[in-house]
Amino acid sequence: MSKTGLRATENNSPGKYRQAIISFLTKHMVTIMFVILSVLGLYLSGMNSTLYISDIISRVSRNSFLVLSLIIPVMAGMGLNFAMVLGAMAAQAVIIFVTDWGVGGFPGIMLCIVLVTPLAILLGYLTGKLLNKTKGQEMITGLILGFFAAGIYWFIFLQLVGGIIPMDNEVLLLSSGVGVRTTIDLTGGLRYGLDDVWRLSLPTVMMALGTLYALIKLFTFIRSDRQGESRTGFIYGIILSLVVAVAGLLISNSDSLVNNINVPAATWIAIAGLCLFLHFFNKTKLGQDMRTVGQDRHVAAVSGIEVDKVRIIAIMFSMVFASWGHIIFLQNMGAWSTYGSHEQIGFYATAAILIGGATVSRATIGQALLGVFLFHTLFIVAPAAGREMYGDAQIGEYFRVFVAYGVIGLTLALHAWKTRLQSKQKLQALDK
Amino acid sequence: MGNFLKNLYRNFGLPRLIILGFFLLLCVMAVMLELNFSELMSSSLVRIAMNGVLVLAILPSISCGTGPNFGVSLGILCGLVGGLIAMELQLNTYTNFFMAIIFSMPFAVLVGLGYGFVMNKVKGSEMMFAMFIGWSAVSLMKIFWLLAPFKNPEMAWPIGRGVRVTISLVNRGVAQLLNNTWSFKVGDLTIPTGLILFFLLCCLLVWLFMRSKTGVAMLAAGDNPRFATAAGINVDRQRIIGSVVSTMLGAIGIIVYAQSFGFYQLYEGPHFMPMIAVAAILIGGASIKKASIANVIIGVVLFQGILVVAMPVFNVFTQDMASMAEISRVVIQNGIILYALTQIVSGGD
Repeated sequence: MSKTGLRATENNSPGKYRQAIISFLTKHMVTIMFVILSVLGLYLSGMNSTLYISDIISRVSRNSFLVLSLIIPVMAGMGLNFAMVLGAMAAQAVIIFVTDWGVGGFPGIMLCIVLVTPLAILLGYLTGKLLNKTKGQEMITGLILGFFAAGIYWFIFLQLVGGIIPMDNEVLLLSSGVGVRTTIDLTGGLRYGLDDVWRLSLPTVMMALGTLYALIKLFTFIRSDRQGESRTGFIYGIILSLVVAVAGLLISNSDSLVNNINVPAATWIAIAGLCLFLHFFNKTKLGQDMRTVGQDRHVAAVSGIEVDKVRIIAIMFSMVFASWGHIIFLQNMGAWSTYGSHEQIGFYATAAILIGGATVSRATIGQALLGVFLFHTLFIVAPAAGREMYGDAQIGEYFRVFVAYGVIGLTLALHAWKTRLQSKQKLQALDK
Repeated sequence: MGNFLKNLYRNFGLPRLIILGFFLLLCVMAVMLELNFSELMSSSLVRIAMNGVLVLAILPSISCGTGPNFGVSLGILCGLVGGLIAMELQLNTYTNFFMAIIFSMPFAVLVGLGYGFVMNKVKGSEMMFAMFIGWSAVSLMKIFWLLAPFKNPEMAWPIGRGVRVTISLVNRGVAQLLNNTWSFKVGDLTIPTGLILFFLLCCLLVWLFMRSKTGVAMLAAGDNPRFATAAGINVDRQRIIGSVVSTMLGAIGIIVYAQSFGFYQLYEGPHFMPMIAVAAILIGGASIKKASIANVIIGVVLFQGILVVAMPVFNVFTQDMASMAEISRVVIQNGIILYALTQIVSGGD
C-alpha cells in the first residue's frame, strides 16, 4: 500500500533514475554497508580462505535455525522477538538435565527436543499474553522480559538445583553441591549429537546442491509457460547450478584443503526443513491471518480474526523454534556459559536478520540466511582485522559488539523514521 | 479504610506494594537477626545519595515526553570523559571533582543535542532506540578507551596504549570526598552530609528548572504534545531540551557516583547503569509518561535500601549471597520496568 504510494511520487519527479538509485541504496543501506565491511575486513585480516570457509560453515550451520525463528512474529507485526531468549533458556535447562541423566548423542538430542517443546509452548503462551498487554511496545517488553526471566533462571540453577531440586553430579555442580557450574562442557555427551548423524565433505555438498537446484529449476520451467522471463530465469539457474556443481567436482579431484571441510548435513536438513515450513506456512489460513494482523490489527479484528490469539500463536511458534535452534547451537558449541549464552544469542540473532535486510515489519527466509552469513563473516574477520591494523584483537571484538548493537539501533531508527514519514504523507494526501 | 486501601492499591500498583513489603520484610529480618543496623543505615545513606543524581537524570526525559532515558549511558560516558580529563591534568580534591563536571558539560550538551534531535525522528519507539544507542555507544567507547591518548600513569596501562578498566581516585583525594565533607556521627550512624546535600541541591535545581518558563513549556510538551502545539509550544524543541538536561545530569551523576565508589569504571561499567536508574524512578511511583522529584527520592531510597539490606540478610540463608543479591536486583529491576510497560499501553491502542 505505502510502497505504491512512494513509487507514484517517484514517477512524477524529473530525476527518476537518480531517485530510484537513491531509494535502492537507502532501502538496502544496512546490507550494502555490511557487504563492504565484510569484504574490507576479509582483505585487512589477511585470513586464510580455507580457514574462513570452514569457520563460516560451522557458524552458519549453528546459527541459522535461531535466526529463522524470528520470522513468524515479524509477520504478525510484533517486531523482533527479543523474548526468544526465554526459549533459549528453556533449551539450556533441558540440556542441563539431559546431561545429568547421561543421555548423549542423537537420542539425547531427540530427548531434549521432546522435553523442551512443551516448556517452550508454555513460555510462548505466557509471553504472548504479556505482549498483548503492551501492544506497540512489544520489542522493549520482550527485551526486558528476557532480562527478568534470566533472573529467575539464575535463581533456579544457582540456588535451587542441588538443594531443593535434587541433582547429584560432581561434574555439573559447583564444589559446594548447590548450583550449576558457570560453564558446561557437552563433550562425550550431547556434543555434535545432531551434526555427527551425517557429515559430508564440502565439494560433495556443492555437487549435490548444484544438481538439486538444477532439478528444481527444470521442474518449475516445465510447469511454467516456457517463455520470456521464466526462460531467462531457467537459463541463469542452470548456469549457476552447473558452476557450483562443476566447482565441487573440480575441488574433489584436486588435493585442495577444502576437501577436508565437513558439512553437518543433518543440521542443514533441519534448517532446510524449517525454511520449507516457513515457506508453506505463509500460504496457510493461519499464515494469512498473521499477515493481516501484522498489517493492521483493526482491519484484522473487523474481518473476524481473533487478533490476540493469533499473536500468541506467533510467539509460541517462535519460542519453540528458538528452543530447538538453541539446542542445535549448543550441541555444536560443546562448551557453553550456563548463565550468559542465552543473552548473546538474542542480540546476535536479531542483528543478523537485520543485516540481511529485514526490518521490524518485514523479514524473509532469504534475508535471514544472507544476514547470518554476513554477520558471522564480520564476526570471524573483525578480531583478525583488529590485530592486523592496531596490533590488538580486542579492538576487533569490541567493534563487532558495537556493530551488533549499532545495527539494531540504526534499523529501528530508520524504521520509525520511515513510518512517521509515511503517516505524514498519508495525512498530506488526505488534506489534498 | 477499605476505600483508602483500594485507592492506595490502585495508585501504587501491586508490584510496588510487593517491593515495599519486601523492603520492610528485609528490615524486620535485619533487626531480628541482630545485624548491625546503624552500619546498614550508614551504607544505605551513601548508596542512596550516590545513585540519586543518576536517577534524577531520568526525570527530565520522562517529563519532556521521550520516556525513561534508557540511553542515559551517553551522559555517563560524557561524565567519564570529563573525569578522565581532570585526572590527566592531575587536579586534586575539590578542583578535580568540580573541573570534571565542568569538562564533561560541553560533551554532554553536544551529545544531548544530537540525541534529542534523533529522538524526534523516532517518535513511538524512543525507549527501544535509546537502549540500543546507549549500548552501541558503550561498546564504541570501549574502543576509544583502548586507544585513548591519556598519559597519566595512574590511568594508562604500564605498556602500550589505552586506559585501565578501573581508575582509582584515592591518590587524587577525590575518593569519598563529598561523603566526608561535613560528615558527622549520630551514635554509630554516619551521615554523609556533603553527598546528601549535593544530591538535594541537584534536586532543587531541577525543581527550580521545572518551574521556570522553559521547564513549564517542557512539561506541557511532554504531557500533551497536541495541546502544547496548539498553545504555540515547539514540542520537538522541548524534547531536545529535556534530552540535553537528562544527559547533563547523567554526566554529573556518574562523577558523583565515582567519587563515592572511589573508582571510575570504564569499559563494561556503564552498560547496565541506565536500567538501574530507570527501575529506581519507576519503583518510586513514576510511570513511563509522568514523574516527579518525589518519585526520584522515594524510588532511590527503596531500591538502594533493598540492595544494601538484602546482602547481609541473604548471607544468613545461603552460601552464595552475592549471586542471591544480584538475582533479586535483576528480578526487581526488570519486573518493575515490565509492570510500567504494561501500564502505558493498556489504556491506549
